[in-house]
Amino acid sequence: MTKSSESTADSALLIRKAAPRDLPQIVAIDALVTGIEKREYWREMLRRFARRDSRRQFLVAAGSAGVAGFAIGEVRDWEFGAPPCGWVFAIDVHPQLRLHGVGTRLLQAICDGFARAGVTRVRTLLDRDDPLVLSFFRSQGMMAAPLIPLEMELPAAAAEARRR
Amino acid sequence: MKLQRNARLALYAVLEFAQQPDRQLATASIAQTYDVSAHHLAKVLARLAQHGIVESVRGASGGYRFSGNAKRLTLLDVVALFQDDVAPGPQHEPGDATAAGHALAAVLSEIEHIERATLSSITVATMLKLIERAQRRPRPPPRTARR
Repeated sequence: MTKSSESTADSALLIRKAAPRDLPQIVAIDALVTGIEKREYWREMLRRFARRDSRRQFLVAAGSAGVAGFAIGEVRDWEFGAPPCGWVFAIDVHPQLRLHGVGTRLLQAICDGFARAGVTRVRTLLDRDDPLVLSFFRSQGMMAAPLIPLEMELPAAAAEARRR
Repeated sequence: MKLQRNARLALYAVLEFAQQPDRQLATASIAQTYDVSAHHLAKVLARLAQHGIVESVRGASGGYRFSGNAKRLTLLDVVALFQDDVAPGPQHEPGDATAAGHALAAVLSEIEHIERATLSSITVATMLKLIERAQRRPRPPPRTARR
């Protein structure tokens, strides 16, 4: 794609609040990216995040061909002991529409929303084995946060999983 | 992983070239900026050229210029050309086979994975943005050596 058609594709997209009619395309983009279709999960996310609440955002980038990508963010107070901060929980762009600035515009819109809600910091949590998504957030200027995610397997759950 | 001298030098050189992708830069000028020998830097640049990251320009004002893709080339790609400890590998140390050795290996492996994830997620284009940001920030006073 040439520079001029890139910017055309970019500017033709509208960033707006997600609506119930977007559900099939959101499910399809996520399934393309993750390989798992999670219709009920996304229906519930739409229900929870599409409420009139300035601290919660579920945005889509939509053009004439439909939804090109989406992002979800929420302001959370004292999450993990930290002062109020914007968290980006999901961002996905249709694989064929990547590198056209869609993700950048979605993240910018989410950050603008956080700023309007009065927070000055944005965080996210990423899979360290996903360099593509890590690189995207890095390219937007994000650096490592002073948090370390920890996990452990619950003995009972592990045994149950092995039994199945 | 400690960044070895050649890997660090290669990163500095790549960033210098990528900042001015249309210009060729002489080895001597980069060597002067980073206070290293031009001879040593030339060896590093030859390796980068071998891997298509820079290309040599012949002629009186010859030198090198950037020929990589700044949005795709990561710090790990460059570092891996100069040191082989970027990939968690089978390095055997005394005590590895003990329970304490296994426990220690699990902890050290966490560090290696984070290092690797960091280096592989930062592209040259992202580094150029960080450099720009650092240039805008007021510089701290130079550190004086402790006696």
